[in-house]
Amino acid sequence: MKFHRILGTALRALRRNVLRAALTTLGIVIGVAAVIAMMEIGNGSTQAIQRTIATMGAYNLLIFPGNIFAAGVSYGGGSTLTLTPLDSAAIALECPSVVAAAPVVRTRTQIIYGNRNWVPNSMFGTTPAFLEVRDWTEMAEGEAFTERDVRNCSKVCLVGQTIVRELFAGESPIGKEIRMQNVNFKVIGVLRAKGANMMGSDQDDIVMAPWTTIKYRVTGNSVSTPNLSVATATASTTPLPSQVYPNFSLSLYSVPSAVQQADTPAAVRFANIDQIVASARSAEQVPMAIDEITSLLRERHHLRGEIPDDFTIRDLTEIMKTMSSTTVLMTNLLLIVALISLVVGGVGIMNIMLVSVTERTREIGLRMAVGAQGPDILRQFLTEAVVLCLLGGIFGIGLGRATSWMVRVFKHWPTATSLGAIVAAVVVSATVGIVFGFYPAWKASRLDPIEALRYE
Amino acid sequence: MDLIELRDVRKTYHLGEVDVPVLKGVSLSVAKGELVALMGASGSGKSTLMNILGCLDHPSGGEYWLDGNEVSGADANDRAKLRNRLIGFVFQNFNLLARTSALENVAMPLNYAAEHLSEREMRQRATELLRRVGLSERMDHQPSQLSGGQQQRVAIARSLINRPRLLLADEPTGNLDSRTSEEILAMFAELNQAEGLTVILVTHDAGVAQHARRVIRIHDGLIEKSAGGN
Repeated sequence: MKFHRILGTALRALRRNVLRAALTTLGIVIGVAAVIAMMEIGNGSTQAIQRTIATMGAYNLLIFPGNIFAAGVSYGGGSTLTLTPLDSAAIALECPSVVAAAPVVRTRTQIIYGNRNWVPNSMFGTTPAFLEVRDWTEMAEGEAFTERDVRNCSKVCLVGQTIVRELFAGESPIGKEIRMQNVNFKVIGVLRAKGANMMGSDQDDIVMAPWTTIKYRVTGNSVSTPNLSVATATASTTPLPSQVYPNFSLSLYSVPSAVQQADTPAAVRFANIDQIVASARSAEQVPMAIDEITSLLRERHHLRGEIPDDFTIRDLTEIMKTMSSTTVLMTNLLLIVALISLVVGGVGIMNIMLVSVTERTREIGLRMAVGAQGPDILRQFLTEAVVLCLLGGIFGIGLGRATSWMVRVFKHWPTATSLGAIVAAVVVSATVGIVFGFYPAWKASRLDPIEALRYE
Repeated sequence: MDLIELRDVRKTYHLGEVDVPVLKGVSLSVAKGELVALMGASGSGKSTLMNILGCLDHPSGGEYWLDGNEVSGADANDRAKLRNRLIGFVFQNFNLLARTSALENVAMPLNYAAEHLSEREMRQRATELLRRVGLSERMDHQPSQLSGGQQQRVAIARSLINRPRLLLADEPTGNLDSRTSEEILAMFAELNQAEGLTVILVTHDAGVAQHARRVIRIHDGLIEKSAGGN
C-alpha cells in the first residue's frame, strides 16, 4: 500500500470524528505548547542571565606583560613591559573573536577634592573601549571621555560611585575638579554602580582617565615595577616636565590645524602599558580569542618558534563555569518538564487509539475481509496516531509561540525564539505518536477477521 | 475443474480441553457461473463453512480447491491476498464505513490490491460500479443518508470492485424489508446471468433460497441434500 494512500486513509478516518481527534490531540498540543513556551521564555531568561554575568566580565581576557627571569631570579608577572597601546589596537582590529580591547595604565595615588582626600582602589588610564570591554558604557551621570581626549592627554576623568560618596559626600561631581599628584582633573562622568567583584573588592572605588594623561601627566612611568632594580631598568630615564614642575601644563604636541591634521596622521607614541583588557564575543569564543591574541602578539613582538611568550593571557574561568552550569541547569529543568507533559499527552493518545480500535473493530474486520493484511492495518492505525501527534505538535508550536509572545508583550519578560525547540517538538511528537500508537495499532492488526466482523 | 471443490473438509474448535467438531467432512463442488444458496439452521456449521469458503478461516482437515488453487494450507497473509483477488463479500449489516462517501466505500478495497491504479482510475471504476447498481445519483452520500437497500447496493458495488470470481453473500437480505430484498436478490441473479459471476447466498430463509438454482443444505456439520431450486 502506497504511503500517500495510507495517509489519505488515516486523514479520512480522523475526519470522520473531528471533535474527538481534536480533543485527543489536545494533550499533545498543550504539551508541545508548554515546551515551546518554556523554551522561549527559558531561553530569554538564560540570555538575560548571561548578559548579567557578562557584565561581571565573564568574557573578559586580561593580557599582562611577561616576566623577567634573570640569573635565576624571577620578578613575577608584569615585571617587563612588552605591551603597547598599538598591540591593543591591533587586537581590537585583527582578532575576529574579540569585540573590544583597551590598554590599561595603572597607578595608585591620592586624590583630593576640597578638604577631602581619598586613595582609590583602582586608578585606570585607558581608552573609551575599556567601558565597552567591562560593559560599563552607560553612565550614571555625564558622559565618557573620547578617543580625542586620549590623543590630547585631556585632563578629564570618570569616577565611580564610591568616589562620589567619599570625596564629594554624595553631591554631583560633574564639572568639579579633583587633584591627583598636583594635576587637576575635571570630572566629566560618573560610572554606574557595579558593586564588589567576585573577590570582594569594590569595583566602584575607581577613577578612570585617558591612559595618556595618567601615563604622561600623573605617573610618568609604569607602576608595575615591584622590583627596584627592574624599575630603574624600565622606567623612562628622563623625568617629564610634569614631574619637575608639577603645575606646568604640558602640551606634548602643538595643536595642529585641520589641514595639518589631514596631512599628518596622529603621531605614534611608543609607550609601554601595564595590561590590555579584551572582551570575547561569547563564552564559546573565549578560547578562540586567546589563540588569536597569542598568535597576533607573537607576530607583533617578533617571537620566533622556540622563544616563550613575553606576555600572559588570563580568562575568568570561574565565572565562565558558573555561567555554563546555570545554562545547563535551566536546560535540564525544561527538559524534564517537557518530557512529563509529552508522556502525559502520549498516554492520552494511546488511550483514545485503544478506544478507537475497539470501536472500529467491525471496520478492521471488513478491511481484513476485503484483503487487508495485518501490516496494512498496523500501518493505518500507526499513521493515524502519528498524524494526530504531528498535528498536535504543529498546533502546539503555534500556541506556544503565541503564549511566549503574550508573555513578552504583557509581562515584559525576555523571550527568545528557539529553532531547536521547534524542531525537537516536531520530532518528539512524531516519536510519541509512534511509541504510544504502536500498541493499539498492533492490537488492531492482530484481530481475527471473523471475530471482528461479528463484533457488536 | 469447478471453481470451488471441497473434499472432506473438517473443522474442529478446541474449547479448553473439549474438542467441538463443527464440520464433519463436507464435500461439495460449485461450478463457475452457478447461483447457489447455502442453507442451514443456526449451529449447523453454516457460518463456519462460509468462513472457510470465504478464505477467512482455514479447515482443520480436508482439501479446499478454489479456482485451481489448494488453499486449505494458506497462511493468514496468503488468505488475505486470495480474498482480495478472488472473493467479494456482502454482509447482512452492510459493513460500510461510517461518515465516508459511497464512492470511497466502494473504492476502499482497491487500496489493498490494485496499487498500480491511479486515484483517477480508482474513482472511475467505483463510479462505474455504482452506476451499475443504480446509485449514480448518490455517489457522495454517506451511509447514514442512504436507505438499507441503497446501502446494500453500495456494499454489492464494493464487493465487485476487485472483479472477483466468487461473490459470497451472508444473509444479504436479513436487515431489509421484503420489497428491497427482492430487488437485491434480483440484482444477484442479474449479476449471475449477465456476467457469469458465481454467487453463493448464505441464508436460513427458504424464500431467499428459492432464488438460487441449487440449494445446499447443511445440518449438524454435514451436507444434507444437494438439489436444484425453482
